[in-house]
Amino acid sequence: MRLIEAKGMTVALAGQVVLRDVDFHVDPGEIVTIVGPNGSGKSTLLRTLIGALRPEAGEIRRKPDLRLGYVPQKLQIDATLPLTVGRFLSLPRRIAAAQAQAALDEAGAGTLTDRPMADLSGGQFQRVLLARALLGRPDLLLLDEPTQGLDQPGSAAFYRQIEQIRARLGCAVVMVSHELHVVMSASDRVVCLNGHVCCQGHPETVAQAAEYRALFGTGTHGALALYRHEHSHSHDHDHSHDHTDHVH
Amino acid sequence: MLDDFLVRAALAGLGLALAAAPLGCFVSWRRMAYFGDATAHAAILGVALALALSLPVFAGTLAVALLMALLVGTLSERGLALDTVLGVLAHGALAVGLVAITFVPGARLDLSAYLFGDILAVTPADLAVIWGGGLAVSALMVWRWQALLTTTVSPDLAWASGLDPRREQRILTVALALTVAVAIKVVGVLLIGAMLLIPAAAARPFSRTPERMALLAAAIGAVSALAGLQMALWFDTPAGPSMVCVAAAIFAVSAAASALRG
Ligand SMILES: Nc1ncnc2c1ncn2[C@@H]1O[C@H](COP(=O)(O)OP(=O)(O)O)[C@@H](O)[C@H]1O
Ligand SMILES: [Mg+2]
Repeated sequence: MRLIEAKGMTVALAGQVVLRDVDFHVDPGEIVTIVGPNGSGKSTLLRTLIGALRPEAGEIRRKPDLRLGYVPQKLQIDATLPLTVGRFLSLPRRIAAAQAQAALDEAGAGTLTDRPMADLSGGQFQRVLLARALLGRPDLLLLDEPTQGLDQPGSAAFYRQIEQIRARLGCAVVMVSHELHVVMSASDRVVCLNGHVCCQGHPETVAQAAEYRALFGTGTHGALALYRHEHSHSHDHDHSHDHTDHVH
Repeated sequence: MLDDFLVRAALAGLGLALAAAPLGCFVSWRRMAYFGDATAHAAILGVALALALSLPVFAGTLAVALLMALLVGTLSERGLALDTVLGVLAHGALAVGLVAITFVPGARLDLSAYLFGDILAVTPADLAVIWGGGLAVSALMVWRWQALLTTTVSPDLAWASGLDPRREQRILTVALALTVAVAIKVVGVLLIGAMLLIPAAAARPFSRTPERMALLAAAIGAVSALAGLQMALWFDTPAGPSMVCVAAAIFAVSAAASALRG
């Protein structure tokens, strides 16, 4: 049974349609990477999946009692709210100190328990968010640009860690990322989003494709080039979904 | 013991500190200061209505404060430019209430009691209302504490944890209206916002966790109430504003101490 499945989902924010007619699903244990340019609706898709936004049209079906772990793209904690890392992990369910420590260790943030959240660096903050998401023993882990603020080796290490977590917990992972070339080997499926699903496919197939080699052969800029390539011809007509064909 | 007006005044001040501390923390963390003011100022309209209809003042203020808080809550869910709208509502409600109350025969004489409180005139019945309301607010805060905190940190994290942030917001709304209705006799509508915010702000530099901040705010609120009352007796100053003066002084000391500590 699918963990979550959205069909014909349309989402509007402040009267603007941000996602149009999106079909999306996650099966147990798979790692799905979502790529797309800034403002393409990646965060909106994740926020709709967790229930924070209501779709205007379409439906979302969840496995009953689905446990979600969510790492938002950004999180601003008001300066007047005193919160240590340990206290943050106990929201909303209070957890034992040993359990909190184990989750921090797993997320690579084992030494931070007593630090105020306000004092953490960007990378430390992301790890603490990950630790909190893992505490609920999620069936589905949703990560919105989890490697922002990490350098390339750091990102690569992070993705290896996500694979290990998946292997250990057996959870599925949906991850938004700009670094398609780095996440490739870790992903079972890549979904390219730009207000709608432009294309999706198995990353190995994508990696073998001549188009991919031409575009992704060289570092970070290749990933951006793919977006431009995909979107420059797929946007003015409605058959953009057919565009996946050369990927599969 | 309750025969002594001073004892009743002290107990009334402590009852308010109890309710205001945890709620005031959320008002600060969620940047709801104007929300508190709008709700409190609207209560003067409730006073006018209650006097005109010969209803208990507590009922009138609670009803109008609740309506105002719900209105503000709904507007904020719609994502309107809140600062401006809340400012208009807060000041508009006060002005409308002040105009309305002049139509109620005799109420004009009591006006300053509703604006600045009249803690020395607290009756045993008032005391029952204040402590009843204060305990109800505290119970609500304790019951929803974890969910309220999660929602305050991030509504999206709350959704992902299976909570409904809108429901938690409504709980805060009800707690705020109750606190306003309770506080009106103690510090009056103009200074309720101060009793919410100042103890919480003074507690912040010495708190590492939200729980400690709420407890410390309660202690600071209680000290402010008692010391303010004492000050009112010594210098024959109005009791409500004297309490706020003490709270503000504690805040100044706290801010200076935290600045020195670095
Ligand atoms: N709260 C909001 N209100 C109105 N528009 C929004 C809001 N959040 C995002 N948007 C708009 O929705 C679009 C998609 O945003 P987002 O999902 O954050 O994109 P991405 O995560 O892919 O960068 C953007 O055009 C953005 O401006
Ligand atoms: Mg985003």
